[in-house]
Amino acid sequence: MTNKNFNIIINGVGGQGIITLLTLIAEAAFVEGLDVKSSELHGLSQRGGSVGTHLRFGKKIYSPLVPIGKADLIISMEMLEALRETEKSGKNTKFLINEYTSPFQGTLSKEEIKKQLGAEKNEMHIVPASEICKEKLGKEVVSGIYLLGWASAKNLIPIKKESFLQAIKNSIPEKYLELNIKAFNLAYDV
Amino acid sequence: MKKVLLGNDAVVQGALEAGVDFVSGYPGCPSAEIGDNLGKIAKEKGIYAEWSTNEKTGLEAAIGASFSGLKSLVNMKSFGINVCADSLLPLAYTGTKAPMVIFVGDDPSCHSSAQSEQDSRGYAYLFQIPVLDPSDPQECLDFTKLGFEISEKFNIPVILRSTTRVAHQRMPVEFAEVKNKTKKIGEFIKNPRQFSTMPPRTMEMKKELLEKLEKIRDFAEKNKINKIIGKKNNKFGIIASGISYLHVLDALETMGLDIPVLKLGFFYPLPEKLISSFIKGKKKILVAEEMNPYLEKEITRLAKDSKVEIHGKDLLPEVGELNADKIVFALSKILKIKTKLLKIENFKLKIPRRTARLCEGCPYWYIFPTLKRMAPDAIFTGDIGCNMIAGFSPHNMQDTLFSMGASIGIAHGVSKSTKQKTVAMMGDGTFFHSGIAGLINAVYNKSSPLMVILDNRITAMTGHQANPGMGKTLIKEETEELEIEGIARSCGVKHIKVLDPINIKEFEETIREFLNKEEISLIVCKRICALLAKRQKADRHDQ
Ligand SMILES: Cc1ncc(C[n+]2csc(CCOP(=O)(O)OP(=O)(O)O)c2C)c(N)n1
Repeated sequence: MTNKNFNIIINGVGGQGIITLLTLIAEAAFVEGLDVKSSELHGLSQRGGSVGTHLRFGKKIYSPLVPIGKADLIISMEMLEALRETEKSGKNTKFLINEYTSPFQGTLSKEEIKKQLGAEKNEMHIVPASEICKEKLGKEVVSGIYLLGWASAKNLIPIKKESFLQAIKNSIPEKYLELNIKAFNLAYDV
Repeated sequence: MKKVLLGNDAVVQGALEAGVDFVSGYPGCPSAEIGDNLGKIAKEKGIYAEWSTNEKTGLEAAIGASFSGLKSLVNMKSFGINVCADSLLPLAYTGTKAPMVIFVGDDPSCHSSAQSEQDSRGYAYLFQIPVLDPSDPQECLDFTKLGFEISEKFNIPVILRSTTRVAHQRMPVEFAEVKNKTKKIGEFIKNPRQFSTMPPRTMEMKKELLEKLEKIRDFAEKNKINKIIGKKNNKFGIIASGISYLHVLDALETMGLDIPVLKLGFFYPLPEKLISSFIKGKKKILVAEEMNPYLEKEITRLAKDSKVEIHGKDLLPEVGELNADKIVFALSKILKIKTKLLKIENFKLKIPRRTARLCEGCPYWYIFPTLKRMAPDAIFTGDIGCNMIAGFSPHNMQDTLFSMGASIGIAHGVSKSTKQKTVAMMGDGTFFHSGIAGLINAVYNKSSPLMVILDNRITAMTGHQANPGMGKTLIKEETEELEIEGIARSCGVKHIKVLDPINIKEFEETIREFLNKEEISLIVCKRICALLAKRQKADRHDQ
């Protein structure tokens, strides 16, 4: 970990396990002895609305909010929400995107979203996490954990794999632990 | 010990460390985790915890507990303080016996609030009781404990005022292990001179309150939660509180500036001497606070004899939450520094907005279209809860939206003033919170709206809290299950139908019939929240 703070935005739509993902990364940073702050939204914004959460870790963190253009990584659980975030990303911002759309009246088509994402110059990883988790584990709910495994495997977050695994053990209830670890490791297998 | 905690969980921990005995309140965002999570551990920690029917009954329960010698915590969202204000004013006069902290969660930017962007700090001037304003989860824990300490020392209720970005912020927090204890049995020792407001005592009590305040002001003056950091001698200084303080530190780091910052942990009473000494010798001050310019006004008053230039809402928005970028903007203006700032306002918002919508299988999917089809010209007064999604596309059928319980209150007024059909839509939780009073008013004054109660068997929007219609309390005890139709009947409603909205034919016929009544009528649409049904099924599966 360098001196520079690391900024992550995790977004998607309500009910996609975004807060679990956020708490896991926060816990992993804490396991590494780093300072960490996050900000999340509950309530109305969760009812199928856009959910944007922020997470920052490093030597010393003040505000929990990532300034505009300063995200190092944006993890999007939904493609349109990824596109929404491109407006506020910097040129060094990387994207890790779940290839999944939650359509609504007046939205863009998946092809259109893909095209627009493709036009961005940022480094992008579009991964069919929901599909893979459904197919291999029979559970879409762990797509976020799969993406976290992917981020770890591709070194998109400056945190060690063991710290993520430790964080999962510290935070996930016993009965779901095995499934979550499986989902995390699955990303290493591809 | 240290662990990553959510701001609201830090409040829970602080309350445990302070030895809280009695917890009451009403759920909302961003406060609900406090009641939810204290409820889960209440039994082992020897605490009594409840979801009250509304914030007023919640505060009153805590008043009873305090007068009986129990330490209490009351929790609510911003709007809750409006509801309990009527009892909080006299409580400021009588004072508390055992200490009481009242948590109030504001929501700048209305992330999860419909009604207004309320800045509850303003109530400090009305109640004249201490208000603490934490910035992060560690302060949530520390200030909760301090709140109990102040309350105990001065026999006064203390407001802990949080905001969404503090309440739902996580960070590593230093905390102490709290042992389980047995539940404390209090004793109410009669003292009507102290516990009953009645003139001429009322006027005396007001005087006592003002005297107390002077002592608390001295306490605040010396307390370390108001602090100055950064380089001492500078012609420019910043005064900040709450989350704005963190944005200020962030902005200073980004800009590589070393400027003194006065951080105010007390919003009320203000450490006026400390502020005056901070201002002294400075040419310019930036006041960084979210929403209303309360601090700015106070500081301008304190600075009136000096030549210092006070900045605040001339450079920072009064609407919407702050962030470090906005502080950078204000600082660059004042210090005349050029900065490259990406202003989000400049982006063309080309991406379709996603509004809140009903969950898959939500019973309201059956209710809204049927109502709209059967009463296309009706005035639909809406209420607070998942049901306010009626206002969004594809439903677009909410003609008014105000506060909990207001749908029937306003429908009555429209009904009395026009010849139009009016339909009030209200959730079951809201009916028990404050809907009954409006219903009685409508019946008593011979009004004729159709009231539709969307009984999804739970208070859904705020995260599935129990309410009096469910036969369960916060701590999972069985209790009386109140029947909405029974209550309405005893309130004098003559035309009542309870149905499952999935039975469209029956629902349609009832709407048609009731819309033609000259008297008020009620349809209770009873069908369980889809998420709750799913969760109950999963729970059964697990057992
Ligand atoms: C005075 C006040 N307290 C709390 C809230 C927070 N709040 C928003 S929606 C809601 C729940 C409403 O529940 P219910 O009427 O059962 O409707 P549902 O969400 O189930 O549709 C509450 C408590 C509020 N807006 N105002």
